[in-house]
Amino acid sequence: MAAVSDVNQFVATQDGGNPFTGPPQGDNPFAKITDNVVRVMAAPRPPRAWYIAFGISLSLLTMFFGSIGWVAWTGIGAWGNMMPVSWAFPIVNFVFWIGIGHAGTLISAILFLLRQNWRTSINRFAEAMTIFAVVCAAIFPGVHIGRPWLPYYMFPIPNQMGMWPQFRSPLEWDVFAVSTYATTSILFWYMGMIPDFATFRDRSKSVAKRISYGILAMGWRGSSRQWHRYERAYLILSALATPLVLSVHSVVSFDFATAQLPGWHATIFPPYFVAGAIFGGFAMVVVLAVPARQFFGLKRIITIDHLELMNKIMIATGLLVGYAYGMEFFIAWYGGNRTEGFTFVNRAFGPYAWAYWTMITCNVLSPQLFWFRKLRRNPWVTLAIGMVINVGMWFERFVIICTSLARDFLPSSWGYYIPTPVDFMTLGGSFGLFFTLFLLFCRYLPMVAMSEVKAFHPSVLAHAHGGGSHGDHH
Amino acid sequence: MKLFVFPRWANKTRQLAGIALGVTPLYLIGLIWYGASPKTTDVGYMPKQPVPYSHALHAGQLGIDCRYCHNTVEKAAVAAIPPTATCMNCHSKVHTKSELLTPVRDSYATGKPVEWVKVHDLPDYAYFNHSAHVVRGVGCVTCHGRVDQMEEVHQFAPLSMSWCLDCHRNPDLNLRPPEEVTNMTWTPPGDPAEYGKSLREKNHIAPPTDCSTCHR
Repeated sequence: MAAVSDVNQFVATQDGGNPFTGPPQGDNPFAKITDNVVRVMAAPRPPRAWYIAFGISLSLLTMFFGSIGWVAWTGIGAWGNMMPVSWAFPIVNFVFWIGIGHAGTLISAILFLLRQNWRTSINRFAEAMTIFAVVCAAIFPGVHIGRPWLPYYMFPIPNQMGMWPQFRSPLEWDVFAVSTYATTSILFWYMGMIPDFATFRDRSKSVAKRISYGILAMGWRGSSRQWHRYERAYLILSALATPLVLSVHSVVSFDFATAQLPGWHATIFPPYFVAGAIFGGFAMVVVLAVPARQFFGLKRIITIDHLELMNKIMIATGLLVGYAYGMEFFIAWYGGNRTEGFTFVNRAFGPYAWAYWTMITCNVLSPQLFWFRKLRRNPWVTLAIGMVINVGMWFERFVIICTSLARDFLPSSWGYYIPTPVDFMTLGGSFGLFFTLFLLFCRYLPMVAMSEVKAFHPSVLAHAHGGGSHGDHH
Repeated sequence: MKLFVFPRWANKTRQLAGIALGVTPLYLIGLIWYGASPKTTDVGYMPKQPVPYSHALHAGQLGIDCRYCHNTVEKAAVAAIPPTATCMNCHSKVHTKSELLTPVRDSYATGKPVEWVKVHDLPDYAYFNHSAHVVRGVGCVTCHGRVDQMEEVHQFAPLSMSWCLDCHRNPDLNLRPPEEVTNMTWTPPGDPAEYGKSLREKNHIAPPTDCSTCHR
């Protein structure tokens, strides 16, 4: 049975025909690819590193629910949110997590439509990362409202109050943007996994696993009709998901851009936020990819070449973000608005200067190291810089939200935001939720899209295009 | 190991998952729309009172005016629950040996109030003023129903936000001449809408609908 589904997966092809051929260093026969991916699920026990990581994540997750429970019990005064900085950590975290997801959608949708076949090795877990990041993000606005049992107010459901949400508010657009994003991402992710679930079903030893993977595979047999429909659906879903890469974070940026507050009220925000989201998202992909390939033996599927390509994207988006930082200052100066001008001088040299320069160091300076080929091809350097960029992107949101709110038009209403320990517990805890979900995914779900990796295997491309010309790039 | 291990129900999971995905949102909407509405949860609320006081007897058969007991209703936000002394105005002479009235007499003797249970209980974040409504001619019966026919009082109206707003947006049908507020059987002369409109204009009634009207 296993062999049958392998052969069927072999049939899967999309037209390659692009300068990148994936997986670049691969000379695995197809069975090896399947073996590599299935081994993680089929192993009676995951590697020791998995247990250690899972234990840490689970502890953080407990802390997350504990701190949220504490906030729900005592009220959001348990956080440091205080006028004038009323958004503070919860919204910083929301924007941070929702941004992380964007790389997943970019990899799975846009790179698919652009036939960037190197995406096949990383798209599955980038998509998983997207979904888990959206889960983390969605919790924060729900908790930040202070009455976490009333989040249904955000949805247009007929109710006894005779009240609708405020459709003119970008905060409401956010609700729709994020829930559309979550729905599409989950559909895309699940549908992509169906052939791999079938492989898992066929390779499973235990009856329980066979039945559960079999149910998830929804009767997949790998017939050419099924493949035909699968690929049509995949194409349609990726076309649907493509605008989301741009729209979701644009809408998130409207939360700020439509406000009157100096430092928020800027037309540059949507592209600036989207670039930042993709930047931070790719940084998170490498942070997840490097340990995953190390501990689950996927080094021949997720290769150094893949990491290098992602690092190049990080240089590009990092420069975009750096340009936006500079342009904000230029606009503030060129616009001639005194308050606006003050806001940016205050950002860089005011009481939050430490956060601003942390952001600049992490986001603008650190990715410049990737200009060196040696560094961008070193997985551990990649991992370290990816982490640094994540810190930087978190600080970017902190700088935008807190510095602008803390000092606006009226000096009499200025303040300084100091987070409480509960703030840090909620932030740290959200990483627990993220990594717990991710580690469960690594253990039980197909981490790599086997059929897609095989479809772009050099040997397939060589047959499909009548020669080894595509193999010349590496 | 057998190749095919699937129990028969495994075939149904796909359809069941589809149904569940379709039905769950509808169920949640229904739950909030219908289940969480005070129409469902609060209307008909009839707590057990310490004394089986009958409004049907006192207000209905005996025809005692609402304001005899709830005497602050025209002047204050709260329609007062009468002190025991009000009961004893009559019951020091009437039914002085009744067992049912023992708690009232005890209360009168000890000075400890009878612990009546509040039926119409608005949330603390909603400000409501009886006098504002009563002096403008919103009848008792409009919100409290036929109290003169209730043995024990129960909640008649949902008291939900949309119920308040319905009237604040269009008060015409719920207006009457202020002197008729306690009349349980009053009906408007002629076309109710026309008559209500004329009362609204005559008495300058313009109910506000800002958030801060009730959420202060």
